[in-house]
Amino acid sequence: MSLRDAIRLAFAQIRAQKLKSFFSVIGVVIGVMFLIAVVTIVEGMNRYMEEDFARSLFGLNTLTVSRQPSMMMNPSDEQWREWRRRPRLRTEDAEAIREQLTVPARVAIESSSTSRARSVRGEEVSGVWLSAASPEIFRIREWDVAEGRLFGPLEAEAGLPVVVLGSETAETLFGSLNPLGRTVRIRDVSFEVIGVLESQGTLFTMSLDNRAIAPASSPMGRMTNPRGVVDNILVKADDPTALELAKMEVEAIMRVRNRLRPDQPNNFELETQDQSMAFWATMSRILFIAFPALVGIALVVGGMVIMNIMLMSVVERTQEIGMRKSVGARRRDVLLQILVESGTLSFVGASIGIGLGLGLAKLVEAVSPMPAAVGYHWLALAAGMGIVVGVLAGLYPASRASRLDPVVALRAE
Amino acid sequence: MKQAIIRTKGLSKEYVMGAEIIYALRGIDVEIERNEYVALMGPSGSGKSTFMNLIGCLDTPTAGEYWLNGTAVARLNDDQLAAIRNREIGFVFQTFNLLPRATALHNVELPLIYGGTGARERRERAEHVLERVGLADRMTHRPSELSGGQKQRVAVARALVNDPAILLADEPTGNLDSRTGAEIMALFDELHDSGQTILLVTHEHDVALHANRRITLLDGLIESDETQAAQVAV
Ligand SMILES: Nc1ncnc2c1ncn2[C@@H]1O[C@H](COP(=O)(O)OP(=O)(O)OP(=O)(O)O)[C@@H](O)[C@H]1O
Ligand SMILES: [Mg+2]
Repeated sequence: MSLRDAIRLAFAQIRAQKLKSFFSVIGVVIGVMFLIAVVTIVEGMNRYMEEDFARSLFGLNTLTVSRQPSMMMNPSDEQWREWRRRPRLRTEDAEAIREQLTVPARVAIESSSTSRARSVRGEEVSGVWLSAASPEIFRIREWDVAEGRLFGPLEAEAGLPVVVLGSETAETLFGSLNPLGRTVRIRDVSFEVIGVLESQGTLFTMSLDNRAIAPASSPMGRMTNPRGVVDNILVKADDPTALELAKMEVEAIMRVRNRLRPDQPNNFELETQDQSMAFWATMSRILFIAFPALVGIALVVGGMVIMNIMLMSVVERTQEIGMRKSVGARRRDVLLQILVESGTLSFVGASIGIGLGLGLAKLVEAVSPMPAAVGYHWLALAAGMGIVVGVLAGLYPASRASRLDPVVALRAE
Repeated sequence: MKQAIIRTKGLSKEYVMGAEIIYALRGIDVEIERNEYVALMGPSGSGKSTFMNLIGCLDTPTAGEYWLNGTAVARLNDDQLAAIRNREIGFVFQTFNLLPRATALHNVELPLIYGGTGARERRERAEHVLERVGLADRMTHRPSELSGGQKQRVAVARALVNDPAILLADEPTGNLDSRTGAEIMALFDELHDSGQTILLVTHEHDVALHANRRITLLDGLIESDETQAAQVAV
């Protein structure tokens, strides 16, 4: 019997017993469905983290110095108290870094807060992300201006109340009017709008375009932090290697400034895109370890179900197998038939699982900000696993069937 | 000189059931020649089915020799036996043994599938032999859509499709009413007339009368072996 005949036969058998076939592959369906759903979501998440999240949060080749980490997994109270005891970052720290750094890099300070903003004609936006920053911030964050201009070193030096708005903030406050040259009131201080940024899109449904950036020494500085205190010092190097060097230097500079003895740990945080990715990488690693294990269990259970159903089916078809042998089926023909049947069955199950898994991922994508993306190699892997599970599950029943004595088999009821 | 299609010498089969040994066949010497029509008779348990299974290469003897078309069968391995069953033997069972969900055509094609015949030729030959057994208009019917007699015709067609050296039928009319049984016997007579060698087991005397040779077994031995012309008008 040829493989093609065997496959055709297997499909006929599956079609003849649809319900039973379905129940026998339910384990495989569920296993593959979860595999595909999880892989799809995790991969989508991965891509998202790499392309959007880390970049918009930290910027490319950028080091962020801060008092405490920006992302934390369940810090203990003690950890929390340790962060609180740390000295605050100051403008002088940034200046020291700028002066002492030997690696070519841009340095900026940034302090943030949120507030309401109002236009003179009475429009209002809440939750505006305020940044009091050095002019270098635009280059470091890769913020480009869509209209007007950015503030420069002279305006920064003078602490002029000029502001660059996010596209959404500008749109809400001024609508179709040209915002340039108009006044925004933030915490009862008037700022002159000199520019509007290009849209940055969203991060987990959170808009990145509702912001206002003004010089650190402008009144915005006082709104975000006590005088001389800053939230972050940003250092942007040209490439990852330079970033590593810069990180080492900044660490040394900060340790000296904070008068740390060699045995004392850092009392400041140094974060790069890699760190934020490390946070996510840990999570995705957990998912990638835990889920294949679960999927594996589902597939093993699924395989065992298939094996038992195939055993039952072999017993049920004892007479048929006897008849097939009586008309010339060899052992290997019977073996092939049962193996192909259980492989095909499981493959069909895996295909259903792939469909359902993709559906599930799309559903998650629709109701949550997580995107779905899946490599074709995962689909191929799932389908392949289906076949392998089926063939393995079929081995024992197939060998039982092939070794049936035709006389005994024919006499079976 | 006539050529023996089947020749056995001291053909024996024993079954071990725990401490007991059952001597199902105790040395059968028989020769069946081309185009003979043999009825195998005898009381229940006399070894008829055992003998048929040995002749049909479904089983191997515990002692004795068996030549099919000159080939010593006793020493063949499993695959070789399967090949002989495929090409040289056509089996018809009392219970038809058709694939319940397959069409008549597919049931008849089955031996050709295992013989490795291509799909086109398979279909042509299956159609041809179904026509020969009078089922030209039932080819795409499934067993559940066929009467008992029609089912047995499909089984006969399946047995004939590879043009076997011998047609073996173990009580082919056992599950049929007498009228349908007579129809099947008429078909056998026709096949015999066109040259087919036939060995059939029966309990019924009037079925045996179709054959031109009657072998009677008793306790695993040949009790009588008489050749005479068929006593039924075709
Ligand atoms: N697989 C087996 N194991 C043990 N004994 C067997 C086996 N097959 C047949 N026998 C015994 O061998 C003897 C011959 O059996 P066989 O089936 O050949 O009889 P039979 O002539 O065909 O009978 P019937 O007319 O009832 O079909 C019987 O005693 C039977 O019980
Ligand atoms: Mg019998």
